[in-house]
Amino acid sequence: MALRFSPDNEARFQALLARYPDRRAALIPTLVLANREFGYLSREAMEYVASRLELPESYVLNTATFYTLLRKHPVGRFHIQVCMNVSCYLRGADHLADHLKRVLGIGFGEVTPDGLFSLEGVQCLASCGTAPVIQVNDDYHEDMTVEKVDCLLESLRRQASQADGARPGTGGVP
Amino acid sequence: MSENADRSAPPTPPTGPFLLRCRPGEAILRLDDHLTRGGFEPVRKALAMDPDAVTDEVKRASLRGRGGAGFPAGVKWGFLPKDNPKPRYLVVNADEGEPGTFKDRYFLERDPFPLLEGVIIASYAIRANVSYIYIRGEFVKQIRVVEDAIRQLYDRGFLGRNVLGTGYSLDVYVHPGAGAYVCGEESALLESIEGKPGRPRNRPPFPAQVGLFGCPTIINNVETMACVPLVLRHGADAFLKMGVPGDGGPKIYCVSGHVKRPGLYEAPMGTNLKRIIFEFAGGTLDDRPILGVIPGGSSTPVLTADELDVAMDFNSMRAKGSMLGSAATVVFTEGTCPVAVLLRISRFYAHESCGQCTPCREGTGWLERVVESIEHGNGRPGDCDLLLSAAGQIQGNTICALGDAAAMPVQSFVTKFRADFERHIAEGRCPHAHG
Ligand SMILES: Cc1cc2nc3c(=O)[nH]c(=O)nc-3n(C[C@H](O)[C@H](O)[C@H](O)COP(=O)(O)O)c2cc1C
Ligand code: SF4
Ligand code: FES
Repeated sequence: MALRFSPDNEARFQALLARYPDRRAALIPTLVLANREFGYLSREAMEYVASRLELPESYVLNTATFYTLLRKHPVGRFHIQVCMNVSCYLRGADHLADHLKRVLGIGFGEVTPDGLFSLEGVQCLASCGTAPVIQVNDDYHEDMTVEKVDCLLESLRRQASQADGARPGTGGVP
Repeated sequence: MSENADRSAPPTPPTGPFLLRCRPGEAILRLDDHLTRGGFEPVRKALAMDPDAVTDEVKRASLRGRGGAGFPAGVKWGFLPKDNPKPRYLVVNADEGEPGTFKDRYFLERDPFPLLEGVIIASYAIRANVSYIYIRGEFVKQIRVVEDAIRQLYDRGFLGRNVLGTGYSLDVYVHPGAGAYVCGEESALLESIEGKPGRPRNRPPFPAQVGLFGCPTIINNVETMACVPLVLRHGADAFLKMGVPGDGGPKIYCVSGHVKRPGLYEAPMGTNLKRIIFEFAGGTLDDRPILGVIPGGSSTPVLTADELDVAMDFNSMRAKGSMLGSAATVVFTEGTCPVAVLLRISRFYAHESCGQCTPCREGTGWLERVVESIEHGNGRPGDCDLLLSAAGQIQGNTICALGDAAAMPVQSFVTKFRADFERHIAEGRCPHAHG
């Protein structure tokens, strides 16, 4: 099953190539694109990116492993990232994290058995004035409380049972 | 520009807000809405000037970099070699990662045009024809907003070939980050754009000489860029007067932690820290007494309650033994465990060290482990002095300032809250109820 960019992402990829005098500079944006399209950066996804940019696989791997948003393992359909840094800590981030771990039955770095949720503790999300904050896929949820977390999980579950095929989004692609 | 100003006009000082002009809930995302508010007048002004005259104006305004180090922007632009035939680049640092900082995000999601005006003016001043805006990868929505604003500018001739018919050409691109705090460091950021791991470069050469793709490059913070049109609009003298001598302009202060109204506040550079906390942010939660304030982002030395009567500008903060940094003020009140606060910070720097230099790689991990053992009741007598000496060994011995950033909070917390650290060690537990 050979990987391939969708027509939309293929167009984005072509546009990226035109932005830089050196095609290596398109590597991270292309990896972000692949991460989004394929859900995570499997070995095949990295090989695909390497071939598209005509770069050695080792070069691609070396760069990809440095960046936390370039995921080397599958995450849940809803990837929940809890900021654990200082401003969020002062506003009760640990309570939120404990609560999430308890209701989802997983720890940081784990995925629920149904593949719906994954959980991760992350560093400052630049949302300290509206702490504590969590990010679910592309979206920030600010000024969070345990009650708001419960509502959010419920709405995500509903979303999952209604629509299908939504992919976890991680990282922005121009 | 003041030379050209109409001397007969009464000298009414311009009134703000200059940077945070959107009202709560508002965003200015359509070019027309920006233009009806006088948008792009500063760009037209600049494009009618000689590029070097624009740089001089920014120099005279004493606009100091808002990314943390406070280096004067105009002086930096002046470092570009005059005789290098290579292309030049402007790179905008929108990696916003220093814990406590959330100001650049305002422009990226609610008011992108002043930032882009700054990009056009600065690119013109340094004679760059390509600019990259490096936005942290978590900012998915913000990347879309900036991309959309850029598209509008191309459509209307503010970007691309022959900007506004002046013959000057400029392309602006967004480049996404992918989750690495150290990429906010300017040379790591360049490595990252080039498709490599974000490991800071040895200097010299400085980016102004050998930067992106080996070409002369200027790197500036988002807020710095957003200040540039203000310099052109109001003139260097007026901009300088908005701040303190040698440090001009308005400033965005980020306030978070145990305050009633956390958020962004714009005020003159040099605004008193007490005023920021008690007047703007409404004082502390439940009016509890302050235990400590991290004034300028998690790397800046902590201040105690009796040290808050200080002007928030680059020089005054240095004189107080701390730093303005990114003006990210984190307040914590009595009842908070300072060891636990430091642990969050030390864990962060240990996690984010790129591992390239031994003192930082080994030292940050070591600091984290010792602070953690103290917090968890496993500290040993002498640990405070050990922490101080280990931090001292990192400082000044690393390729980039992340090493210093990890050392300074340890030194300041251990020095200023020493009794509390010693109590953890003596009692073999954290004496504070966490919660
Ligand atoms: C570890 C580290 C992280 C940094 N992170 C940022 C950042 O997120 N944003 C930023 O503008 N500057 C950051 N800086 C400062 C940049 O290296 C650089 O000084 C700045 O972007 C220059 O812009 P300015 O002169 O306009 O402030 C960081 C520096 C270090 C050492
Ligand atoms: S100081 Fe730390 S982050 Fe900076 S280059 Fe050295 S190891 Fe990397
Ligand atoms: S500390 Fe959580 S968003 Fe900054």
